[in-house]
Amino acid sequence: MNGVHDMGGMHGHGPIEHEKDEPVFHAPWEARMLGMRRGGTFPSGFNIDRWRHVRELIPPHLYLSRSYYDHWYMAYVATLLQSGMATREEIKSGHAASGTAKRNDAMPPDQTWKAQKTGGIFARQVETPPRFAIGQCVRARNINPSGHTRVPRYVRGKVGVVQLHHGGHILPDTNAHLQGEAPQHLYTVVFSMRELWGPEASARDEACADLWESYLEPA
Amino acid sequence: MNQHKHAHDDSADIAHHHSIHAELPSDPALRVKALESLLTEKGLVDPATIDAWVETYESKIGPRNGAKVVAKAWVDSDFKRRLLTDATKAIGELDMLGAQGQHMVVLENTPDIHNLVVCTLCSCYPLPVLGLPPVWYKSAPYRSRAVIDPRGVLKEFGLELPEHVKIRVWDSTAEVRYLVLPERPAGTEGMNEEQLAALVTRDSMIGVGKVSAR
Amino acid sequence: MNSIHDLGGMHGFGAIDVERNEPPFHEAWEGRAGGLLEVMTFPAGFTVDRFRYLRETLRPDLYLTQNYYEQWMYIAEQTLLESGMASREELARGEAQAPKRNDAMRADAVWGFLHDRTHSGRDLDDAPRFAIGQRVRARNMQPTGHTRLPRYARGKTGCIATRHGAHVLPDASAHGKGDTPQHLYSVRFAARELWGEHANPRDSVHLDLWESYLEPA
Repeated sequence: MNGVHDMGGMHGHGPIEHEKDEPVFHAPWEARMLGMRRGGTFPSGFNIDRWRHVRELIPPHLYLSRSYYDHWYMAYVATLLQSGMATREEIKSGHAASGTAKRNDAMPPDQTWKAQKTGGIFARQVETPPRFAIGQCVRARNINPSGHTRVPRYVRGKVGVVQLHHGGHILPDTNAHLQGEAPQHLYTVVFSMRELWGPEASARDEACADLWESYLEPA
Repeated sequence: MNQHKHAHDDSADIAHHHSIHAELPSDPALRVKALESLLTEKGLVDPATIDAWVETYESKIGPRNGAKVVAKAWVDSDFKRRLLTDATKAIGELDMLGAQGQHMVVLENTPDIHNLVVCTLCSCYPLPVLGLPPVWYKSAPYRSRAVIDPRGVLKEFGLELPEHVKIRVWDSTAEVRYLVLPERPAGTEGMNEEQLAALVTRDSMIGVGKVSAR
Repeated sequence: MNSIHDLGGMHGFGAIDVERNEPPFHEAWEGRAGGLLEVMTFPAGFTVDRFRYLRETLRPDLYLTQNYYEQWMYIAEQTLLESGMASREELARGEAQAPKRNDAMRADAVWGFLHDRTHSGRDLDDAPRFAIGQRVRARNMQPTGHTRLPRYARGKTGCIATRHGAHVLPDASAHGKGDTPQHLYSVRFAARELWGEHANPRDSVHLDLWESYLEPA
């Protein structure tokens, strides 16, 4: 999706504001929101790619003006509403509708460390051999899906060199839409700055992106 | 693959539900409190589990982990070789793999190459070795400029690299997570691993700073 | 400037919100703002291109949400401040602290002004570089200043559909560098060239692009 989240190469966002000795959380509500995302119950089949896509669908002006953990709040709420796990009234009031049965399958505290330790393995077997070899020139395809993808606009149509091959990984473009893992070979492709940004860019510097096989074509 | 129609319907549906945000108060503290109450009432979250997650990221996981990886690589050349060949396995030796850090690549900074890590599309970051990312890493200024003006970005962090140094920016678009192995500073020859680890900053492992002997 | 105004090709903004029988101004103040920005005295050298550039410097979330005429007011403030024609204090108070000038546009001059606008067309001795039907590529340029080459066309190949003659170059005019006119072309790009193989094979997009934005393909 060509959303405002696809920020590589944009101007106009101002200076980088870095805070000395920044605390992990700036307010207690941020910590609670992180805990809810990690420990809360999500709809069956929900996955990290869908989470990212729901965030990308936050109205652009809110995406740009609200803080990071507020994005998480907005995304969790939209997920609860879309799945029917909560109603608008419940979200607004902060109370369950009368007569709602209370579930008893929320993650317990003692599962936290294990979830952190073992969660998030995205490598998968792929039947076909990799199409591209390390050192091969490839072009990122000019695709503009309105759904979730992880090929940023700034690399589309650009030619780079395969630097690394990571084996098979879950494909976000399908996984985010609950259409299956459909793993593909994943590559790190390195692009020269001049290829990305034109002849006035640095002659020496480079930028890389991790791109799935279907994002690429031989160059 | 006929994902286009499905994706469009799906996304439009989610976007529709985002319209509620215009009807809620602007103060996030109030909204998050209401959400926690609601989820607790419905049995969708256990508040004690929230506490446990907060404790995990406030106390148990943080950049001290990454610093240990770096210090070990500085003193142990075999470990360093393993780290640069198969970072997932080497970091696993130190029991520092975890969610958002199960697929690791370590990038060695040298006098000629300086590596910088960003996630232009969201906030991907190697949590188990660096903890939670700082606000600036997740914000528009860094995300937009790191890939187009890395020298300008480094300058804002007080780091000016000589012209001959090649900068390589790594955009974390997938689940591979990147950790920069900064150069060991001069003047640290006599230090042990623990002393070295104490010098390694979070910023140097993202690539927006260098380590100094202090 | 790659700022949020460069919206071509973006997703996520929802349905187009059409207001039936929309009035020219929704409130009286909008009309005052609109009029003000047309007839106020601008700093010497101020151009419509600078006007557009200043708008592009708005904070991105404000650009997306702030009322259009409020954005015009932002432009007025910015140009008054940067030229020294007004101070922050004067703007905050709404009270002049400097002597009053007597050269503001008079009401009876407005009609003539609107109908006798300076054209952006200019004479240029140099012949146009590109011919009708010629294939050209929009350059991959990333100016931090004003430009009228949208991101979605950069690096893309199209063909010259029309030649408009020479026109003021916005990239220069917005930054006080004068007219520096260049030949202006309407360039046709196939939708598939811009958006990939899933785009309609019959559709196209035309952009008006200055000569320095283009190179032979």
